[in-house]
Amino acid sequence: MALLEIRRLTHFFGGLRAVADFNLRLEGGELLGLIGPNGAGKTTVFNLVCGFYKPTEGDIFFLDKDIAGLRPHAVTAMGIARTFQNIRLWNTLSVFDNLCIAQHFRLGYGLGDVVLRTGRFVTRERHVRRTAEELLEIMGLRHYAQERPGNLPYGMQRRLEIARALATQPKLLLLDEPAAGMNPGEIDQLVETIRWIRESFTLTIWLIEHHMRVVMSVCERVQVLDFGQTIADGPPEAIKQDPRVIQAYLGSEELSHA
Amino acid sequence: MRRHRGLWLYAAFSLAILWVCGHEMLTAYAQLVLMFIGINIILSSSLNLINGYMGEFSCGHAGFMAVGAYVSSILNVWLFTSHKVFGPPVLSPSSAVYLFPLTLLAGACAAALAGLLVAFPSFRTRGDYLAIITLAVNYIVKSSVENIQAIGGARGFMGMRKVIEEMEAVWRIPWIMLWILVFTGLTVWVLHRFVSSSYGKGIVAIRDDEIAAEIMGVDTRRMKLAAFMLSSGMAGLAGGLFAHILGYINPGTFTIMKSTEVMVMVYLGGMGSLSGSVLSAVLFTLILEVLRPLQVIKWVVIPLLLILLMLWRPEGIMGDRELTDVFPRLRRWFSADKGDVHGAP
Amino acid sequence: MSGRGPSRWRDRERQESRVFVDTLLQNILNALQWGSFYALIALGYTLVYGVLLLINFAHGDIFMVGAYIGFFVANFLLGAYAFKIPANLSPPLVFALTILLTMALTALVGVTLERVAYRPLRRRGAPRLYVVITALMCGLLLENGNLALLGASRRSFPTLIPPAVYDLGGVLVTNVKILVIIATVLVFFFLEAVVRKTKLGMAMRAISYDRMAVPLMGIPVDRVIVFTFILGSSMAALGGVLFASAYPVLEPYMGALIGWKAFIAAVIGGIGEIRGAFVGGFLLGFVEIFVAAFFPSTLRDLIAFSILLVFLSFRPTGFFGVARATKI
Repeated sequence: MALLEIRRLTHFFGGLRAVADFNLRLEGGELLGLIGPNGAGKTTVFNLVCGFYKPTEGDIFFLDKDIAGLRPHAVTAMGIARTFQNIRLWNTLSVFDNLCIAQHFRLGYGLGDVVLRTGRFVTRERHVRRTAEELLEIMGLRHYAQERPGNLPYGMQRRLEIARALATQPKLLLLDEPAAGMNPGEIDQLVETIRWIRESFTLTIWLIEHHMRVVMSVCERVQVLDFGQTIADGPPEAIKQDPRVIQAYLGSEELSHA
Repeated sequence: MRRHRGLWLYAAFSLAILWVCGHEMLTAYAQLVLMFIGINIILSSSLNLINGYMGEFSCGHAGFMAVGAYVSSILNVWLFTSHKVFGPPVLSPSSAVYLFPLTLLAGACAAALAGLLVAFPSFRTRGDYLAIITLAVNYIVKSSVENIQAIGGARGFMGMRKVIEEMEAVWRIPWIMLWILVFTGLTVWVLHRFVSSSYGKGIVAIRDDEIAAEIMGVDTRRMKLAAFMLSSGMAGLAGGLFAHILGYINPGTFTIMKSTEVMVMVYLGGMGSLSGSVLSAVLFTLILEVLRPLQVIKWVVIPLLLILLMLWRPEGIMGDRELTDVFPRLRRWFSADKGDVHGAP
Repeated sequence: MSGRGPSRWRDRERQESRVFVDTLLQNILNALQWGSFYALIALGYTLVYGVLLLINFAHGDIFMVGAYIGFFVANFLLGAYAFKIPANLSPPLVFALTILLTMALTALVGVTLERVAYRPLRRRGAPRLYVVITALMCGLLLENGNLALLGASRRSFPTLIPPAVYDLGGVLVTNVKILVIIATVLVFFFLEAVVRKTKLGMAMRAISYDRMAVPLMGIPVDRVIVFTFILGSSMAALGGVLFASAYPVLEPYMGALIGWKAFIAAVIGGIGEIRGAFVGGFLLGFVEIFVAAFFPSTLRDLIAFSILLVFLSFRPTGFFGVARATKI
């Protein structure tokens, strides 16, 4: 059974075809990269998978269940979490609360429990807090627990976003340009983090990235998108030499990072 | 008992007030002001849930207040008194003593249902457009009441005084004061627990970034439903209590002006600060009373004060902090895990 | 009825349908006039919103201020006060001068409001909501300040245009009604020209497209904002004087309800769009007049607001408003 299977996924924005006939079979434990020039439809694919857009056509199966058209929070509840290209943390809440709220869908208690502070509320809330604390610890964010996310250094904000995604206890983690805006030192750290996360959380990771250094050093398989079409799919070394990929990137600056 | 210190403190305070009122050591006027403070605390802290914590801009709180006021008043008059439209009492008038809180809650439930009128559109709309919807709901409620002649239409509805008299005939204590104290405490307590739980903080996540909230697993629709229903339900509660203070209500009371007043209290106190809302409700009610002799000038001074406040301290008295953040020592009094109750009136 | 058979009935039927058509036309005219007032006020909301993303809740009261200023200006020009102008003006000239002077003076009030209350907040980068609250308070200040200064007594606006009623085939039209409708249509074309042809107008549109880039392009944002307030306030003043000419009773709260409703009109049309303000204004005018024509008039607000609620639930951004795509 594949973890994620996407068949003939197509999406239109008005008359613009952003994603065309996208197919993917993702096995558990893989680390897949999705690259392509700007506007190729990479983020749209992520948005379709996480339920933010409803696909015009096609199926998305996660653990053999059709998730196309589910609302995003329900998709998250099934085990898909993501980060955002432009950091989207909850900026008036503390770092700690950011990690607690990411567990919202499995709080397991309701308004009545909150008001009456039932036993269920107390144990569940304690569990949520413990999970958040553990994540702070292992992601090296303990120091910032009561800080507001906006006050964190940039690299730390990216880290917090990953931590927040992990707080949902996903089976599949989507990273949308995790290295965007990072300096080389931060990028090295990120590469380490990604590898380490996959090992210790037994996750499947699917990432969009422009920095070839990141893609080449962490991904085991890379898929290339151009104008909504998949133009290549294979191991990083093969992709690097693929003439169509070079053609697609020609004149664009992205490959210069390689 | 250490954990519930705040609760005990509030209970002691309430008993003291009731004792003082019961022995007529407070003038009727002072009692009235106290009751209005309680009602304003309910109104401002419940609106803060929407305008402060959830970051929406609801300007129709008085509409929900009207629903609660009318539903509980009509129920009480119908059940416990003889009325020219509703006929003789359905239940024995003395049963009002223990059924009164239930009719109040029925009014609150009706108001919560009216809150759905705003909650459903809020799934697709936010910001300014949602503000208009709240405004429209306020007008719709007021206008509907005006058009139902059986409950007095624009002339208003009365007879609640008799219900209170029936209750006082059974046991002579200041009933309305009692229930205002109870429900004010309850409102603040419920709201405090709500916004300090991970569950309730989901609505703060909606304020900060709704898309991220939905994608990171917060069922934004359910949270909006919960927030709007809770908030409007509490406004209905305040309305029900309000109706029974004077024993008379008319739709003209529940206009945009009233909604604006509540909004002023929320912003004066600070968005997203429960203790701020409580403080500002006390302060605002008192200011209104102090300025009462000025008559017309009152409504010149108040907006002017607020404009100046916005210029010099736009985040309100408390910003989004709580009293316990400003004075950490208070935490000792209001229990170990960040307090159960904030000091009400 | 001494019926002499079917022909008599037919006559009656014809007469009834004739009456029906007449009332219909009459109501359409009334709706056009009523909608004109909404449109003129809605403009101010929409212009300011387009540029500042601010719901200027004081705008309804600017309309009221306009009517009052018009009242004093007209009386002054008619020589009602101790300080008189030397010339003896003819009523139509007084009317024209009143409108111009009132527009200028009201624009001054609007700009002052912007300067004193909104700009300092904007400079500090205060959240939008604070500005909205300030606007609400400014409105209350204008209403109650007026009440405190001038007292609660109603004032009646002097008759500047000698009333004339024309009978257009059974439909009665007053000259004021025609004037109001024509003025509103002219204002529409004038404003469309302003935002399309003049530099400041184009800058206004540019700001509503991209708030961040415009200051970077060297466009003096503050000047554009002042210009916006001048336009909005003077149109409200025009509305105020015309309104006072049609319904010559002035009172401090006259701007409150009509202001809220004009705001609703702006939203229905799609706030930020000039076309929207007009379409929304006329639409609301039609709904209200026709509701009042067929139902008890107490239902007018109820039905108007219910329509708004339903409309916004299905089309949250109004007629012309475009939902901004959220990018993630």
